[in-house]
Amino acid sequence: MSPVELLRRIGFYVFVAVVTAFFALPMLWLVTAPFTRNPSLSVSWPDFTLGNFKHLTDDPNALPSLYNSAVLSLWTMLITVAAAALAAYALSRVRVPGRDGILYLLLLLSSVITGTAAMVPIFQLMFKLHLLDKDLGVILVMTGGLLPAAIFILKDFMDSMPKSYEESARVFGANSFQVLGHVVLPNVRPGLATIAVWAVVNVWGNFLMPFLLYRTPEKQPAAVTLNNFYTEGGQPNLALISTFSLLYSIPVVIMFLFVSRRYGFRFHGGIKA
Amino acid sequence: MAEETGLLPQRSLGGEVPGGGDRRQGLAFVVPALVLITVFLILPALWTLYLGLTDYRLTGVQAAHPKVVGTSNYTHALGDKEFRDALGRTLLFVLGSAIIGQNILGFVLAWTLRSARRWVRTLVETLVLLAWILPGVVVAWLWIAFLKDQGGTLNTILHTPGHDWWFDHPMGSLIVFNVWRGTAFSMMLFAAALSSVPPSQLESARLAGAGSRQQLRDVVIPSIRGHILTNTLLISLWTFNDFTPYLITKGEPHGASAVLPVYIYLTALPGERLGFASAISLIMLVINLLLALAYIRILRRRA
Repeated sequence: MSPVELLRRIGFYVFVAVVTAFFALPMLWLVTAPFTRNPSLSVSWPDFTLGNFKHLTDDPNALPSLYNSAVLSLWTMLITVAAAALAAYALSRVRVPGRDGILYLLLLLSSVITGTAAMVPIFQLMFKLHLLDKDLGVILVMTGGLLPAAIFILKDFMDSMPKSYEESARVFGANSFQVLGHVVLPNVRPGLATIAVWAVVNVWGNFLMPFLLYRTPEKQPAAVTLNNFYTEGGQPNLALISTFSLLYSIPVVIMFLFVSRRYGFRFHGGIKA
Repeated sequence: MAEETGLLPQRSLGGEVPGGGDRRQGLAFVVPALVLITVFLILPALWTLYLGLTDYRLTGVQAAHPKVVGTSNYTHALGDKEFRDALGRTLLFVLGSAIIGQNILGFVLAWTLRSARRWVRTLVETLVLLAWILPGVVVAWLWIAFLKDQGGTLNTILHTPGHDWWFDHPMGSLIVFNVWRGTAFSMMLFAAALSSVPPSQLESARLAGAGSRQQLRDVVIPSIRGHILTNTLLISLWTFNDFTPYLITKGEPHGASAVLPVYIYLTALPGERLGFASAISLIMLVINLLLALAYIRILRRRA
């Protein structure tokens, strides 16, 4: 090995070590603090206690808020997948003038009208529609934002599906709903799974919309509840915060592993999965 | 991107059944999605236009009977020091953490990991991706803990106990935080782009005696220029709209870390000035629109 080569080797491993440290160090707290008695914000060798999890189950809002998050995510996912599947099928099979233009315009709007830029009118709209402090309000707002990209992805999957499958079903007298349900949807399952996971992860992690639209603590999902754990002295309750953070993160990591194992990564017009 | 290829065979197969019945049914299939998008996505944006022209407030007389005050919110916003400071901070945040930080670190990671051993590659990629997929509320706490003045991990490593990073360098800390948070996307996009560079071109460059720096400059960068632009625009758009800074600093100390999304929130809800906040929102929407239009132009040119 020449000296230049050796130096390059060393440089490479130093770089890898620094990057690994930079990305790993901030995450240490998430794996040590939940298992430490009375944790602080410092990272220390854990006592391997499960007491914090016990405290968490005693908290009136902690576990119910995870359930709230699951309800919000699942409803948003169901409505998004259903509405997107119908729309994508129609747009993929029926010739509408300017169809692709409309689709691109919707995709453009959904990336331009973000929750942060539109939080004031969304709050106003929900107030006028009497949907403040209701699950339905958050579900509908999230669905509206997710739909354009979902339609876009699904249409992509449906376009690449051979038409002959549907034609043979039609020959046997199937109507559009039957064709969609028995022929098209089973064939685009990877697309449906991608959208479903993507929708769930998005809603599960979203803080701003529920923070904006809920008033009652009992209704709030995990993202908002995480910032509501205080000790009797008014300090953040780090035992609950760290333990809850861990529980709340695990589903996201599992879904992510599932998708990357099963379908690999694909870039769909730059959508953050 | 794969869109264009999907369209051609479909047309030539000619499976589309002509006739009004199918068209009508197709329309019925599209209606639910269209209604949801119109009411909950497009309507709020249009409403911003109207609200920004009023003196709407959360409580008081202006709450019941908002008056149209014309463009005064806009002229007021553009002349307002707090707003201009927030905009300046946001541009710094986008430039430092996305355009420079995530872009460069993402590219360097994709480039160096290409030839790394499998376990090294898996380890680094997993960590980078993990930083990206964890929920925003959780990473906010992780970084509050990491940069904590008393007992924070960074101070322990640097032997600088008591240094309050979030208080003394709020914007610098936010920029480093966001590089950590968002580099995964750039890394993956560049990894995909690099695998599409024809190996024969690299090979002939190497045979012509080009070192790896020259290969980068003369072969790799020119052939992934489109990807670099795409990546830059997307991460800028996301960083520009990121609300996570609120979760870490709430805009403290004294608004020194209030980027535009945080400033809008603080003005609209705790500040109760909805009309004024709407005017700022519209300015933000326009900036988003410009970024998105630039992105679409690049996609068009590449197609």
